[in-house]
Amino acid sequence: MDFSVNSPVLFVIVGAIIALVLGQSIFFLVKAAKRAKELGIASSTVKKTISSSAIFTIAPAVAVLVGVVALSKSLGLALPWLRLSVIGSITYETVAAGNALEAAGMGAGTTITDPSVYITVAWVMTIGIAAGLILVPFVTKKLQSGLMKVTMKDKKWGEIFNNAMFLGMISAFLGYVFCDVGLVFKGDTSGLIPVCVMFVSAIVMAICGLGATKLKIRWLTDYALPISLICGMASAIPFTALLGGAM
Amino acid sequence: MKNTERSYMESVHFYGRTWGIIVALVLIGFPIALSLIFGAMPDFKMLLKGLFATAPMYWAVGIVEIFTYVPMLGAGGTYLSFVTGNISNLKLPCAIDAMERAKVKASSEEGEVISTIAIAVSSIVTTLIILVGVICIVPLTPILESPVLEPAFNMILPALFGGLAVVFISKNAKLSVAPIILMLALFIFVPALNASTVGIMVPVGVLFTVAVARILYKKGAL
Repeated sequence: MDFSVNSPVLFVIVGAIIALVLGQSIFFLVKAAKRAKELGIASSTVKKTISSSAIFTIAPAVAVLVGVVALSKSLGLALPWLRLSVIGSITYETVAAGNALEAAGMGAGTTITDPSVYITVAWVMTIGIAAGLILVPFVTKKLQSGLMKVTMKDKKWGEIFNNAMFLGMISAFLGYVFCDVGLVFKGDTSGLIPVCVMFVSAIVMAICGLGATKLKIRWLTDYALPISLICGMASAIPFTALLGGAM
Repeated sequence: MKNTERSYMESVHFYGRTWGIIVALVLIGFPIALSLIFGAMPDFKMLLKGLFATAPMYWAVGIVEIFTYVPMLGAGGTYLSFVTGNISNLKLPCAIDAMERAKVKASSEEGEVISTIAIAVSSIVTTLIILVGVICIVPLTPILESPVLEPAFNMILPALFGGLAVVFISKNAKLSVAPIILMLALFIFVPALNASTVGIMVPVGVLFTVAVARILYKKGAL
């Protein structure tokens, strides 16, 4: 068959794979919702979890879509559509595709016309991140049940352990927010943009928290994270104009 | 009760493995199918070069990620997240926030269930948004690529973790001092630490914080 990055057959295959993965999510959603009922979790809690997770997802998902558009210039739409709907993250897929295209001596932005190059890029993107995909089915059970045993033994420590994990991850990303502040000493203030954005988001979150507890605005708790996320992202626009430079 | 509890977790693992293996085979089958359809082989020299630049780093991160994220995501959440991707910028914050609001712990079965629901919904919504985007790509491209909005999309991680940090630091003020100081110092003074290496630092942060928590706990300070 004649090759084109936007060949209809590609869309059919990719659509089928995405439908399969969508099926997996629906399967687990139904299963967990049923179990929630059995465990006596209030159906209002389940409903709130569903609605606020959906609302929260919108902004990051649109950012992923931006990645699809960027990659589609050289790879067509089908491959980025597949890669960003399953497995990879925006950062990974962009790097992997970039590395593969560079190996082919192509710059980003030139559309692939050689099927062999296209297939090679697809392989690099697939294998490059396959570690998690291949290992997860085999190690998750052991890890998970071992962990449950430890935290069951000492409930208080189990709770602290939980919070410590989340804090550890959050602190790594907070560190990352500050990774370019050193540039200020070289006269480049763009490293301050993420710091300012982080503070705006943090302040909005704190206001939401106060509003929810002091003024008893219940829905504020459910949507505090998406609200602070959107405010933070929006503040990036004036901060970037002010502090300049591309991050 | 005890019995059905076990059987729910057992069945999550059973179906999680089954789905995981099927999806892995299908995804690896995709480039093979391309070869058959277009009658072309990959260029092996280019493949090796591309993989050499990509795989070592991401395999290392991927393996460490499993050990770091499984305890936070729960079993069902893990099986879904490692198939649908975008974990640290989407699935995990979504699950953490959902568990926090429902007041359940990640290591309890209630936490397991809430996390799975949050991640499943998040995956479905992401897939639908990307689907709409792919269908409406022509009218949407100028908006998505507009230079005005570009900074907003670039700053998604700071905007996300600023909010999350407030929730967790206010709850665990004592425990958060040491890891935050360590991470700020590392990222500010080690130039090699940046957007592409933050993945490596997540497990470092987690192990360090858990160790600090253990010491404080043993001293009775938490």
